[in-house]
Amino acid sequence: MTLHATGLSLAADGVDHLKEVTATFRPGRLHTVIGRTLAGKTTLLRVLAGLQRVDSGSLTRDGADFLRTPVWRRDTAMVYQQFINYPHLDVRDNVAFPLRRAGLAREEIERRVEQSLARVGLAEFKERRPSQLSGGQQQRVAIARALAREASILLFDEPFANLDYKLREQLREEFKTLFSDQGDAVVIYTTTDPAEAMMLGDVVLVMHEGRIVQAGAPHEVFDRPATTTVARIVNDPPMNVFPGRIDGDLITVAGLPAGGVPGHLAGLADGAYQFGLRATDVGLAQSGVEGEVTFVEISGSETFVHAVAGQTPFVMQIEGIHDVALGEQVFMRLRPERLFAFDEEGALVRSPACETVLAGGR
Amino acid sequence: MPRLYPAFKYTVIALWACFVAGPFMWAATTSFKDANAVQGGATYLPWLQYEPTATGWRNIFGGSGGVDVLGPFLNSALVTVAASAISLVLGSLAAYGLSRFRYRAGFVKNSDIVFFFVSQRIMPPVVLVVPFFYLLQVAGLLDTVPGLVIVTVALLLPIAVWVMVDFFNGIPREIDEMAMLDGCNPLTAFTRAILPNSLPGLTVAAMFCAVFGWNDFFFAFRLTFTEIQTLPQAIVALNSSIPPWWTLSAAALFGISPLVLLAIWVERYLSKGNLSGAIR
Repeated sequence: MTLHATGLSLAADGVDHLKEVTATFRPGRLHTVIGRTLAGKTTLLRVLAGLQRVDSGSLTRDGADFLRTPVWRRDTAMVYQQFINYPHLDVRDNVAFPLRRAGLAREEIERRVEQSLARVGLAEFKERRPSQLSGGQQQRVAIARALAREASILLFDEPFANLDYKLREQLREEFKTLFSDQGDAVVIYTTTDPAEAMMLGDVVLVMHEGRIVQAGAPHEVFDRPATTTVARIVNDPPMNVFPGRIDGDLITVAGLPAGGVPGHLAGLADGAYQFGLRATDVGLAQSGVEGEVTFVEISGSETFVHAVAGQTPFVMQIEGIHDVALGEQVFMRLRPERLFAFDEEGALVRSPACETVLAGGR
Repeated sequence: MPRLYPAFKYTVIALWACFVAGPFMWAATTSFKDANAVQGGATYLPWLQYEPTATGWRNIFGGSGGVDVLGPFLNSALVTVAASAISLVLGSLAAYGLSRFRYRAGFVKNSDIVFFFVSQRIMPPVVLVVPFFYLLQVAGLLDTVPGLVIVTVALLLPIAVWVMVDFFNGIPREIDEMAMLDGCNPLTAFTRAILPNSLPGLTVAAMFCAVFGWNDFFFAFRLTFTEIQTLPQAIVALNSSIPPWWTLSAAALFGISPLVLLAIWVERYLSKGNLSGAIR
């Protein structure tokens, strides 16, 4: 079962919610759609689910028109960002609801309810109402209901976004296992979190302002972001993008010399570029690009230092806890061998050698 | 002065309770009095201040000089129950449609349609009497229970629609959507996922319908004559040049008793609505 979207567009009140979205969703793959808030991720899922009409474009399922198929015949399960369950039913009946609608035999319903509740770790809570469960448990009920259906399309709209950090980490870990054996289902998962998209996805689709701006394997998108926008979206903190120049074998950033041209950028024509550099590849040093510290945040064992050099904001992600004062003048060392080069329109020209190492691990 | 506040609070509550309960007490004592006791000035304590008698109560159940209110009571009950039930069914369906689907006819949108429903109750009822009379006459339904039910539905439907639109708007749309993803068509999504969560709203709507339907005097008075009489008509018919206050009081108390019982029974369903687990 393959879903194929061609040129899906939807505008309302002068805003493009979807703009010429073309994508193929293949069976047995987990597709993650990453994009900022309001990028059109939810709209895309709602269109695939049949909950939202489009202005133009086509959607086919194994070559047959799918746009005109009503929601209830799409064999599509969806888990919302908000925890949606049937308030009047207990956990067991919540999970059994779609199975009963599908007219399955009583024993089969029983079996699937037991199985899927066990898989999400809610076997003990069958008699509870959703209102008697915590947020994380409520979302597990929704996931169990989606699992039990064995639907051919599974949509997850930022399912863990409303959960606290710890629980999110935990459910994300479990998610990968849960969906490792979904067989031929098309699974689509939206998120704003790069680590989540990279870690879960077999295929990553990057959305921005209603468009799919890049699609590919996680390492491909991460290592070779097609544009500066993608580079910002798929990195957390967003990739530093700053104007610079290549003159001969010298790189200048914000008007200041920033070192020699590294090997992977050799052979590029002289001129203006936009350079990209991940936060982990900028560090404090005794000399380098000078900037003023505007904001410092310490998260766990890392320090995020925000600084402005000229007009260009930078963010540095530094191991360990560092005591940096606001307003302090600091020197930033840019690791030249990690520089991404984009042209002035923002399209990727050259990327550093691939050595995908991701926070969260793969 | 924190200690004064409770005293003040309970004084106000007590005064208000007297104000509300007073008329009922008055009617209750009067219903057990005879002519002499009623004329002799205000008295409240049976046996001490007046000799209680059940004449008033006997009169409304066919005693001499009174009427039998049982027939009108059943008519009222029939009209109220039938009209309320029809209004609730039609009203919830209409309200669900207005809450979930977008309608457009020129400049008329959903909110305009809802207002149109509600506006039926803004005009004075007397405006409607002549057209109703004519329509029922044409249909041959004057002075019949079905005729009165139809007219009462017309009166109750706006209330049901109004209450239910508001209630359905408070139920997350995602619940219907999920029901449809789970295999329901729009109608079964309504009956399986939304209605079971609408008990509080339906209760409020039913309560309003019952009260308005039960208490209607005006339309029954104008649209029925000899065959059918509802309870408010029967009570008014008791009046004469020398009002039999004891009989009137008994009839009035008897007339409101179903509503009081209904209110007590229904009260617990009002707070039971629990949508908190639906969405966070």
